[in-house]
Amino acid sequence: MAAVGSACLLVGLLAALYAVGSALYGARTGRRQWVVSSRRAMYALAGLTVGATAIIQAAYYRSDFSFALVAENSSTTTPLFYKLTALWSSQAGSLLLWVLLLSLFSSAVLFSTRRRHREIAPYATAVLAGLAAVFASLMLVYASPFEVLVNPPVEGSGLNPLLRHPAMMIHPTMLYSGYVGFSVPFAFAVGALITRRTGADWIRSTRRYTLIAWTFLGFGIMLGALWSYSELGWGGYWAWDPVENASLMPWLTGTAFLHSIMVQERRGMLKVWNASLIVATFVLALLGTFLVRSGILESIHAFGASTIGTPFLIFIGVVLAGSVALILSRLGDLRTEARLDSLLSREAFFLLNNLVLVGICFVIFWGTFFPLISEAVTGTRASVGPPWFNRYSTPLVLVLVLLSGVGPVIAWRRVTASSLRRAFLVPVAATAVTLVALLLFTSAAESTASLIMFCLVAFVISVVGQEFARGAAGRRTMTGEGRVAALFGLVARNRRRYGGYIVHVGIALLIVGVAGSSAFPEQRDVRLAPGQSMELEGYRLTYREATARILDDRSGTGAPITLGAIIDVEKDGERFQLSPSRNYFGSNAASAERPVAGFFEGEATSEVDLRWGLSHDLWSAVRPDLGVLDEAVRDADRRFAGAEFREAQGLVVAALAERYRRQAPPAQFRTLVSPLVAWIWIGGGVMLLGALTALWPTPDGRQRRVRSLYAARVGRELSRA
Amino acid sequence: MAALSTVVVLAAALVWTSFSAATQASTPSQVRASADPERSYELTGKVVNGSVESGAEDLRFAVRDRDGTAAVPVVYSGVIPDPFREGREVIVEGRMRGGTFVAERDSLVTKCPSKFSKDNQASASR
Repeated sequence: MAAVGSACLLVGLLAALYAVGSALYGARTGRRQWVVSSRRAMYALAGLTVGATAIIQAAYYRSDFSFALVAENSSTTTPLFYKLTALWSSQAGSLLLWVLLLSLFSSAVLFSTRRRHREIAPYATAVLAGLAAVFASLMLVYASPFEVLVNPPVEGSGLNPLLRHPAMMIHPTMLYSGYVGFSVPFAFAVGALITRRTGADWIRSTRRYTLIAWTFLGFGIMLGALWSYSELGWGGYWAWDPVENASLMPWLTGTAFLHSIMVQERRGMLKVWNASLIVATFVLALLGTFLVRSGILESIHAFGASTIGTPFLIFIGVVLAGSVALILSRLGDLRTEARLDSLLSREAFFLLNNLVLVGICFVIFWGTFFPLISEAVTGTRASVGPPWFNRYSTPLVLVLVLLSGVGPVIAWRRVTASSLRRAFLVPVAATAVTLVALLLFTSAAESTASLIMFCLVAFVISVVGQEFARGAAGRRTMTGEGRVAALFGLVARNRRRYGGYIVHVGIALLIVGVAGSSAFPEQRDVRLAPGQSMELEGYRLTYREATARILDDRSGTGAPITLGAIIDVEKDGERFQLSPSRNYFGSNAASAERPVAGFFEGEATSEVDLRWGLSHDLWSAVRPDLGVLDEAVRDADRRFAGAEFREAQGLVVAALAERYRRQAPPAQFRTLVSPLVAWIWIGGGVMLLGALTALWPTPDGRQRRVRSLYAARVGRELSRA
Repeated sequence: MAALSTVVVLAAALVWTSFSAATQASTPSQVRASADPERSYELTGKVVNGSVESGAEDLRFAVRDRDGTAAVPVVYSGVIPDPFREGREVIVEGRMRGGTFVAERDSLVTKCPSKFSKDNQASASR
């Protein structure tokens, strides 16, 4: 089967190369049938990649260790869920995932635009197929997922325990969908530039794809944060780790792009800026893919030097240089159709929002790549830490939140004093009330940045609330519907606009969580013996007893040994229990001389237990002290050295675990009270809801699109006349 | 014009502070040879076999050069990353205090083990 898989990839590469050639030939000569043929080659590529993925996934399912990839990161004892997600933990597998997603996205966009954009689409096809060809060749030359082992091992290495988390199914695929999705607007932008059709057409056709990519990427980042909060055992959701930063950068420029294209659609301005932004976003997305794999920066994600580093970097360089050259050669075609009328206008505020977003992106870029910059400048590698990132990103985010409140309600072109009053009277009053309430009833004043942030969030939410209320009231007078029906009708008729507002509310809620949890965290690390207690923020935590489970890990990771603790918690008469634990995966190197020790020496991961709350989370992790077992383990190893009975091994390990439970020594506990963290996840959910609202197709959308296009053109011509 | 000069000033501040606030990456032999107690360093190397001792309050271990034997003792407190073990590659931030590297709280980063990254085809998602 591996040979069939390799053949799928090779034929896929040929199909991609053919698509590039036939699309370009068709575009140059005007022969439509060649363009149609190139599109079909893309469908064929999608089919072949799906086939290749199915073959490798079937091998994972069967634990066929003659596939090198399966032997490397799966095993018979790996739970099924993690067998089927192990693919993208490897370099070859993630390249395959890239090509799979790219060919599927490309097929979808080429199918949906098959009757439009006769000029742009062929070039976009060539770009997309070219990208697929590069990734397919990287796979075939440097990291094939179909490498075969002549002497397959009896058992595989298993999936890295750190990756055994339910988010493993979604987090990497979402991030990659985001990265890959940006290649669609990028390809159409290149097509538009080549054909000098620099209006807003390419933007309209790919806007949905941009939004889909943006949503996937944002959701992926959010899941990564949740994963780190609940698995990594340090209680944080964001560490300014290079790979985290790499995923945030294209999201920020993508956010800027989604805003600035509205200015191009409405006013025909910012064309160079938009083309540059989508190029930047796509290059950053490629860089994100690269950083995960390269190992050039110290990150908990980059586990080793990769084999595709240099060719991939050259590829990124070619994409960047080619795009910049293309934009420069088309500057004449990218002239703006209108001028900025006033600094107090929506387009000016969108421009400002773009500058701030790109500014944040630049800060992150500089900080992330600082080790390389400093090595180039001073000769020594040095890095900047989280405080440096926070110092610059905090004020910029404050400004951004303010802008997200002003932008939606300020008028296009220019504003009048009365419209300003109408738009901002209620929100400013609401902000003032919030400020007073925070100062009187909470300790928020201890952190100025957080205080300002909470007030701005109140401002944003009241602006959006007012917009919804006014829109719904207007609809009620027109249609005579009930309040709820009018609200839903309003959103349904203007999904993009109100979806966007919902996203703004989501961001505001998320920021509440970030501001609260970063400014007011309470943390204690203590060592407790069973029966001992500690206090934190009014909670009394008592280590009641140790737990030990064999082949019964509740979180489903398949760990053979799980040691943990039961903690009784009490606060104001309320009682509940937390049971954090630690999974021990054992090392494969259990030798004949030491048949038992291996079980306690391999990988171990923390399984955090936490109690969610809207005001704060109580979070706890435990690190059992295995020192008490050392002697018994050595003793068992001596007795059973050289013995060949696996059942006895299991019994001995179970007895040792039981001994730990009965004679539990003091264990190290980390306990956190993180205020408002839940709002990060709630805000993320609201953002997703908003994005889906904006994405949901309207039944009469097509008709209205045509109408609004027409209206916009008439409007532009009238304004010129 | 005002906006442009603001941008320039901010960018200059950014560049300047990044150089002054940065922590230098060093190997054990480098910090042993020339350590300025006023500066903080990012120590990278491998955990020496048999050197790990966990006390009630802190964790003590020694870090050696990636390819060498020069080692420096480290005192660390805070979260111990799950993959931390003897022989693993670590990064830890801190200052030299009388021959011992006193690490900042929670600054320990452990690279993923080679068992799961055969031929460096390492896992990369978290």
